[in-house]
Amino acid sequence: MMTFFWVMAFLISLSMLAFIYRLIIGPSVHDRVVALDSLGVALICMIGIISILAGTNFFLEIILLLAILAFIGTVAFSKFLEKGEIIQRDNNIS
Amino acid sequence: MKTNDVILQTATKIIFFIIFLFSIHIFFAGHYTPGGGFVGGLLTASGIVLLLLAFDLKTVMTSLPINYTVMTAIGLLLALATAAGSIVFNVPFFTHAFDYFELPLLGKQSLHTAMLFDTGVYLVVVGVTMTIIQTIGADD
Repeated sequence: MMTFFWVMAFLISLSMLAFIYRLIIGPSVHDRVVALDSLGVALICMIGIISILAGTNFFLEIILLLAILAFIGTVAFSKFLEKGEIIQRDNNIS
Repeated sequence: MKTNDVILQTATKIIFFIIFLFSIHIFFAGHYTPGGGFVGGLLTASGIVLLLLAFDLKTVMTSLPINYTVMTAIGLLLALATAAGSIVFNVPFFTHAFDYFELPLLGKQSLHTAMLFDTGVYLVVVGVTMTIIQTIGADD
């Protein structure tokens, strides 16, 4: 059974390499933001599999924390690309 | 140009409470499992940052009327008072104590004075992070 999880960790690391390739080569900024978000999700999967392999459940809170941080980072990036500023002073005026 | 971000605002109204409850959990879990005041404070601050992203600075200031500078000062004062409170009992500075109590709804729990120090750390981290972000965000 552990061999299965080692193979899964290897496959996820391959997909992370593919995401990093897209992060470097991506023609526009939007491609890079999507690649970074997917890299965050792949990192979450990697931490889950590593916590299975290490036989501990102390990493499970890091998974939720990383999901929250990846979500907030993606929202901040996309708001910057959409509106040009991340935190607006007053939404109703402009 | 006024853009329409209903999906982000509706999702934020739910996700903010999940982040806040998770930060409270991380804060209270700090004694026996990973977590503590620093990570809990940073998670609370990131929840408020998500509110700032979905809404604007003025809306968040009216819905959460907190002066974060005062919050930092209260946190520092709480940490210092916890450290100095041990002098009253004729033990060295920063000596902590704990005991078991029968709480009404929770049963037998051990209450530790390191909890109060951690509350001070939590308040300082939230206050400093939100002061930095609000000062940069309000800048033109």
